[in-house]
Amino acid sequence: MSETHAEHTDAWSEQEPPQPPAAPTASAVTPADAADAARLVSFGLQPKLLPARDAEYTELLRRYREDPAFARLADAVATGLGLVVLEVSPRAGMAVTAGEDSVFAVRMGDYARRASTDSADRFLHGLAHLAVAAMAFPRPEDLADDTYIGRFTVNGVDAFVRQACLRLEQRAEEQGENTDPASDAPGLEAAWRTYARRSATGATKDARRLAGSTTGIVGKAAAFLTDSGFLQRTGDEGGGSYRTTARYQLQVRDMAGSAAMAELLDLGVVPVSDGSATLLPPPEGDDLELAADAGLPFHA
Amino acid sequence: MTSPASTDLAPPQLSAGPRPAQGPAADEGLARRLRALACTAPLHDLDARKANLAGEYTVYAMAEVALAAIDLITLNMDFDTGADHEQIVARLLPRVAAQAPARPAAEHERVARWVLENLINVGSVDRGFRAVYGTFGTDGVYVRRDYDFKLIEEVPGYGGGVYLRTTDEAVNVLVGALDTDVTSAQIAAEVKLEVLINRGRLADAQLAAEQARYRTVQYAETLRKTLEATRRNVRAVDWLHTVPDMIAEALDHVADRYRHENAILTNIRKARDEAEATNDAKTAEHKRRAAELVDIVKDCIRRHTQLQSRLLEAGPLFRAEQDRQAFAAPAAYTGLDLYGQLVAPVLPLPVEQATRVTDAFFAHGTGLRTPASVRLGDLVDLLLTPPVEREHLGAEMPEPDLIATPDDSRFSEEQLANAMRLLDLEHDAPRRLSGLLAEARRLDPDLPYLVALLAVHAASPPVGTAYRQGEERLLFAVDDGTPLDDPEFGGADLIVGTAMLDAAGMAADRTEAS
Repeated sequence: MSETHAEHTDAWSEQEPPQPPAAPTASAVTPADAADAARLVSFGLQPKLLPARDAEYTELLRRYREDPAFARLADAVATGLGLVVLEVSPRAGMAVTAGEDSVFAVRMGDYARRASTDSADRFLHGLAHLAVAAMAFPRPEDLADDTYIGRFTVNGVDAFVRQACLRLEQRAEEQGENTDPASDAPGLEAAWRTYARRSATGATKDARRLAGSTTGIVGKAAAFLTDSGFLQRTGDEGGGSYRTTARYQLQVRDMAGSAAMAELLDLGVVPVSDGSATLLPPPEGDDLELAADAGLPFHA
Repeated sequence: MTSPASTDLAPPQLSAGPRPAQGPAADEGLARRLRALACTAPLHDLDARKANLAGEYTVYAMAEVALAAIDLITLNMDFDTGADHEQIVARLLPRVAAQAPARPAAEHERVARWVLENLINVGSVDRGFRAVYGTFGTDGVYVRRDYDFKLIEEVPGYGGGVYLRTTDEAVNVLVGALDTDVTSAQIAAEVKLEVLINRGRLADAQLAAEQARYRTVQYAETLRKTLEATRRNVRAVDWLHTVPDMIAEALDHVADRYRHENAILTNIRKARDEAEATNDAKTAEHKRRAAELVDIVKDCIRRHTQLQSRLLEAGPLFRAEQDRQAFAAPAAYTGLDLYGQLVAPVLPLPVEQATRVTDAFFAHGTGLRTPASVRLGDLVDLLLTPPVEREHLGAEMPEPDLIATPDDSRFSEEQLANAMRLLDLEHDAPRRLSGLLAEARRLDPDLPYLVALLAVHAASPPVGTAYRQGEERLLFAVDDGTPLDDPEFGGADLIVGTAMLDAAGMAADRTEAS
C-alpha cells in the first residue's frame, strides 16, 4: 500500500506545482484559452455527465491530453476553485473532487441532520460509506484494477457488516469480555456494538425505508453516491443494487482510503500491510465446527 | 523469582475476608442471569402497562399473547425471509378472541397489534430494549452497564417487504437452553420421539416433535448464513476441505432426517388410524394430537427439502465465482485492502475513535456538491408567483362508448337449463342416450344436439376437477357397444348416469396430501 501511495504523491507533485509557473506561461494563453479551461472544469463539476455523450467535453478532454499548456491552465483553474484533479481521461472525464475546506465539500451536518447531534448516527453514516466501498471493492486487486466494476446491493452491505459485527461479538464472548458499555461513557462503546444494536429495517406508515435503520443509512449513502456520479443504480433487488463508476474507484483509491488510513495510524492502530490479502481462509482448527461463522467472508 | 513471588501473593488473596464481590468470574454468572432475566421483562411489562391503555383491557393476558406471537414467528421464519406481519396478527386473533369472546373483533385486532408492536418496541430508534445492571470490575469498582437486546427484529425481504424474525434472545427465552450442539440435540429429540410414540405417550411426543422443529429451523438458519458468506468471496472459505465436507455432511443429514421423519410419519399415521377405531374421549384426544404431530413432521420434511436444494446450488456457484475471481490476470500493483485494513480494524475500536476514521473517509469519499446560489431577483419572482391551482378531481373522464356485442351463443340459457334437468338422473337409474334424445326432441327441436354434446363430454368425466372441488355428483357416460338408432345422430348408444362421490372422504384426503 505504501508504495502505491508514494507513487500517487509523485503524480501529484507533477500536477500541482505547475501553479506558480503558470504565470510565465500565462503570457502565451489568451482569455479564450482560460475560458475553455474553466469550461472543462465546469464539466468536471457535473459528475454524472459522461464525456462520450458530449462532443464539446470530448474535445476539451482531447485538448487537455495533447496540449500541456492548456492542461496546466485547467489544473490551475481547478486548484484555484479548491478542487483536486484525480484523473483526466476519456473514461472518467475530468475527475475532480473537493479539497478539504472547499465550498464544494460535503459536510456531515448537511448530509444527515441527526448526525450532527447524535454521535452514534454520525459514526453509522460514516461507516456506511466505508462499508459500501469495501463491498464494491472486496479485494485489493479490485481496487487497483482500472477495468473492475464493483456491484453490490444495499441489503448485502448491511448483512456483511452485521456478520462482521457478529463475529466480533462471538469473539468477545469467547474471551469472556463484558461488552456492555458503562452507562455514563457511551463514547467507549465498541463500534461494532453500535451497529449491531441498530435495527436493520423497520415498518413505516408510508412503506418507505426507515431512515434510522441500518439499511436506511446504507441506502442513503448509496443514493448520495449515485448523485455524486460514483454509482449507477441497476435495479431494485436486495434493497437497491448498484455498480461503481471509474470516478468512485479513483476517489476511494486516491483520496478516501488514504485519508482514513492516515487517521487510523494516527490512533496508533497499525493494520497489517504486507501487501497480502486479508481474505484468507481461517487457520486450521479455528473455525472447523459447523457454526454460523464458519463461512465468514474475512478472517481478520 | 516468579515462583516465590506468587506464593507470597497467594495467602492475602485467600484470606481477603468479606469482599463486595468475588471478582469478575463470580460476577459473570450473575450478569448472565441478569441479562436472561431482562429478556423476560418486556413480557411482564405488557401486563403491567395494559392498564394504561384507553379502555378495559385487563381481561387479556398480554404475556400469553406475546409468547404465542414469538412462537408463531419462530415457526413461520422461512429459509430466506421471516414471518409476515399481517399473517402473525391474523393467527394471533383466535387466541385473543378466546380470552374475551364478548368483545368486538376490532378490539381483538387492536390488542394483537399492540402486543406485536411492543415486542418490536416501535417507539425507540433502535427498535430494541435496554436493561441496566451493575457488575464489579477486576479492580473492585462497581460499574453500571447497558444491556441492549431485541425480541423480534424486522428484516428486509424480497420486493422491499419487511418481515419479522425472532432473535436469539427470544428463542432462548422461549425454548431455553438452546446453547447446545445442533446436530446432537436434534438426534436426541428424534430418538426420544420414537420411543414416546411406541409407548403411546403422544402428549410428550408432540412436545418433543415441536422441539425437534425448533432445532430444524435453527439448523436451516445456520446453513443459510454459511452459504451466503460463501457466495460473497471464494477465498474466504476453504473449498478444498471444509466446505465440501460441510456440504456432504449436510446432505447426509438431510437424507438421514428425511428417512427418519418419513418413518415417524408412517408410524404416527398408523397410530392415528388405529385410534380412529374406538370412539371415547381419550382416544379422540390422542387422535387430535397425532394429527398435529403429522403436521409438524411434514413441516420438518418441507424444510429439509428446501435445505437440500440450497445445498445443490452451492457447487455451480463456487465454480462461477472461481472463474471470475481466481483465474483473472494478477493486477500490476496491489491496492488498499478496504476490509482488512480499514473496516476490520475500525469495528473493534471505541465509537469515539472509530468516528475519526469514518469521518475522514466520509469527508474524502463523498465527492463534491455544487452549492446552489440564489439571485434575489429570482427569489422575489419565485415567491410572488401565485401557486398553480390544482384541479382537485383531475380531468373529466370521457363517457365510454359501449357497443353491445351480439349474443352469438348456439344455445340459450333456457335450453341449457332444460338439458341439465334432463340429465339430472337418479344415481342408481342410468338411461340410454337414445331415450334422452327422444325426450329432448319432444321439448325443443334444437335440444337433442345439446344433450348429445353433454353426453359425449361425460364419456370422459372431469374426475380430477370434481375431486379438487369436492363435488358430490358426477355425470358419466359409458359405451357398451350398442349402436345409436337416431334420425339425426350416429355412433354408440351411450349409457348416461350419475355417480355419487364421497365428498367427505375426498376432503380428508386432500388435507392430508397438501
